Amino acid sequence: MTYVKPKFRHPELKKNKLGYTIDYYEGSLSTLCAGCGHDSISAGIVQACYDLNIEPHRLAKLSGIGCSSKTPAYFLSNSHGFNSVHGRMPSVATGANLANKELIYFGVSGDGDSASIGMGQFVHVIRRNLNMVYVVMNNGCYGLTKGQDSATADHGSKNKSGNTNIFEAIDLTSLALELGATFVAQSFSGDKTQLVPLIKAAMSHPGFAFINVISPCVTFNNNPGSTKSYDYVREHIEATATFDFVPEMQEISVSYKEGSAKQVTMHDGSKIQLQKLSEDWDPLNRQSAMNAILNAKSKDEILTGLIYVDPNTKDLHHMINTSDTPLNQLNEKDLCPGSKALDEVNAGLR
Amino acid sequence: MSKDKINDFVVRFANVNGTGSASANFLFTKAIFRMGIPVTPKNIFPSNIQGLPTWYEVRVSEKGYLGRREGIDLMVAVNPQSMAKDVESVRPGGYFLYDSSKKLNPNYIREDINYIGIPLMEICNANYTDARQRQLFKNIIYVGALAALLNIEFSVLEGLLADQFKGKEKLIPSNVKALQLGVDYIHQNFKYPLEFRLERRDLLKDAIMIDGNSACGLGAVYAGATVAAWYPITPSTSVVEAFMNYADEFRVDEKTGKRNVAIVQAEDELAAIGMVIGANWNGARSFTATSGPGVSLMNEFLGLAYFAEIPAVLIDVQRTGPSTGMPTRTQQSDVLEAAYASHGDTKQVLLFPSTPKECFEMTADAFDLSEELQTPVIMLTDLDLGMNDHVSEPFKWDDKRKYNRGKVLTAEQLDKIQKFGRYLDVDNDGIPYRTYPGTHPTKGSYFTRGTSRDEYAVYTEDGDAYQRNMDRLLKKWETAKTKVPAPEIVGEKNKFSSGLLFFGTSTYAAGEAMDLLKEKNIFVDAIRIKSFPFNQTVADFINDHETIYVIEQNRDAQMKSLLMMELNANPAKLVSILNYNGMPITADNILNQVENNIKLSKTLKSK
Repeated sequence: MTYVKPKFRHPELKKNKLGYTIDYYEGSLSTLCAGCGHDSISAGIVQACYDLNIEPHRLAKLSGIGCSSKTPAYFLSNSHGFNSVHGRMPSVATGANLANKELIYFGVSGDGDSASIGMGQFVHVIRRNLNMVYVVMNNGCYGLTKGQDSATADHGSKNKSGNTNIFEAIDLTSLALELGATFVAQSFSGDKTQLVPLIKAAMSHPGFAFINVISPCVTFNNNPGSTKSYDYVREHIEATATFDFVPEMQEISVSYKEGSAKQVTMHDGSKIQLQKLSEDWDPLNRQSAMNAILNAKSKDEILTGLIYVDPNTKDLHHMINTSDTPLNQLNEKDLCPGSKALDEVNAGLR
Repeated sequence: MSKDKINDFVVRFANVNGTGSASANFLFTKAIFRMGIPVTPKNIFPSNIQGLPTWYEVRVSEKGYLGRREGIDLMVAVNPQSMAKDVESVRPGGYFLYDSSKKLNPNYIREDINYIGIPLMEICNANYTDARQRQLFKNIIYVGALAALLNIEFSVLEGLLADQFKGKEKLIPSNVKALQLGVDYIHQNFKYPLEFRLERRDLLKDAIMIDGNSACGLGAVYAGATVAAWYPITPSTSVVEAFMNYADEFRVDEKTGKRNVAIVQAEDELAAIGMVIGANWNGARSFTATSGPGVSLMNEFLGLAYFAEIPAVLIDVQRTGPSTGMPTRTQQSDVLEAAYASHGDTKQVLLFPSTPKECFEMTADAFDLSEELQTPVIMLTDLDLGMNDHVSEPFKWDDKRKYNRGKVLTAEQLDKIQKFGRYLDVDNDGIPYRTYPGTHPTKGSYFTRGTSRDEYAVYTEDGDAYQRNMDRLLKKWETAKTKVPAPEIVGEKNKFSSGLLFFGTSTYAAGEAMDLLKEKNIFVDAIRIKSFPFNQTVADFINDHETIYVIEQNRDAQMKSLLMMELNANPAKLVSILNYNGMPITADNILNQVENNIKLSKTLKSK
């Protein structure tokens, strides 16, 4: 079915610097279950893009297959979207990015998508440090096929049928850190205050930015015993820090106690402002970030917030030294060596 | 073989893989090429890095036959491991050249062949001290010996060495010396030249010698491909490697060092085709190269590209299947896999080049076709064409040629459109208009997906909308028939009641087979298929003949099946001429199969 949102909005809606109201960043009406965590993430993306004054058509949204992968239809309707095949969004995003490095690439994936069939592509897109935001909407179950455990379901967690998961979970956040991701964050779909600045920071990161968002499945994995239910996550959440993202040129409002705040300047001049909670955790140090995750895990806590960032990273285009002009804008004159050069090639083959 | 045969023989080299014989053997072939004589080499090599037997077969043909011919006139046997087999494979009256530093095993003595013993190792040891040199120059010495035995002009060999070692001139004298050692040994010990030998000709005009994979790589550069994503697999690996090399030459800004190309070695074939689809979706010409097992892995994505109507160029250098098959042997057995790649009702556009020149041209055409039709185009070459050197017409490029980017709307064009529909059949040819991401703030954005959608790219499971879309894709398929390269009628049209039908590398043997058939008073017409979907000419050719011999290099007659399925061709008319032992098909093989069929049908009629 096709759903179209009613066009009516409050006439007094605030406009951003581009003159757009927030509804300009919305997509079609969601077909996910009412209360789905994924919809909150979509709303977060809408908010972040509105706040950052993004031209929606300069963003490409890509996904794989699954509940999460449907969401790009529900935000930024003026963007091109690509709903690819199961788990293989990273390769499509890579190709798209290689073709035109000037757009913003926003990849949405799920735990079935990224932690199972797409594990290989997830791993390799990190290795290549593709300049994209990669959000996993992680609910630990397969919603579209009615509630089977996914590879991120925690050991001992109970699914809707009451069966206990006997396997260890794949922790995508630790994995991303381990593999050298240059921006790693974790959040909870129910915590918009934290999620929105994280998305904004991820968008301004010049390399691969990963956000693992615990996003409970209200229909198939919101039961007692599930470690990805709303109640469980709310009870076990542990934030790394109070977090704020300050876009370039915007006045920094100091809302933290002096001496305990940490500021990270991104490549474009924007800043990430962190209120440090843990003495032994440094978001610029991969090892320290890894320790923080392991510590949280040992206490059955879900660590959220910005976990690691390397603000001075170089993306795939830098590594392979592509031209400043996007490749999809080059023409015959730039690309074809011509008949004279071909005559020389022929001569060399005689 | 009659006495004094000029420019008509087959030499086979039996070497150990990884001993540097490849460049010596190529020196031999290239010298014959430079003497203006048609020559065709074939590598027969193991799926292995080093140590196993490897063969290199060179056919010389005054008549210009560039297919493989069976029957070895001269065996250069420098691999003890394969010697028993090598002795056996020489035709009666032929020659067996071996390293006589060690006495030949008496089991290898045949009364009906001639032996040429050259103490290659001894000569090497006497003239070179370095162990590596001793091994390498053994090969050059036998090339020198062959030069004397067969009358290769020494100056031609010297010229080739000069070209080969441009910039490393220090290496030339020692190589020339090795050649001379071989020549001298023959002069002092044997009667020469042999009864078959070479004579300079001017039969090749301005021909070039190159392998098909390199030609494809160059074609992709000329076509304006900017993104290549690939995963190495024999025998396609050198396609992207050649693309890389040519891109290094032609696509690097001298001032900045920046590259007008992105080449990514993917983690697997699934990712490779995914990247190609992503790049094409975003307006960059992108391609990949693989072989049968890779196409199997790419199937799901190919279905997406077909259904979502995204261009993609795929060069499939076929090898023997099924499964891992014989990775280093040739076949044409991906025809059906490629034609119907992916589940559901899919049809993919195929191209069948026969020569390096066509590899170059068809690669360039593939990008135009793929963007024009907004669908994947799969070029089916094979190991024989891809990895062996071939004499070819030189490459040509029209500087006035513009890339056909297909129906892509600009921001200005979108402004003039009331409502853009990604899958609307505006021109009634089944081909819709597309937009690149980022083109326009409010118009032209759409959602690309593998699920059913309506004309405005909006997801729908409405049966009518689905069917309309599928029917439009079929209309596009009809349009494709008018865009793909037309088949070539070989010789005159409709002169005889029987016809040969072939494609790809079978062409080399098919042309020669027609001459052999003529000698036996069997006359046939011929058609060479260059693409799929088949156009009307193919249907007409089949309709206009009583018997069609469909020549193909696979077991299950895949092209024949395709003709039956797509053209509703009468199966009773189609006689398969098959070859699937991993070696290129020969003219003799075709001749025998045609003759057998004629005998069989006569017997059946008389009954």
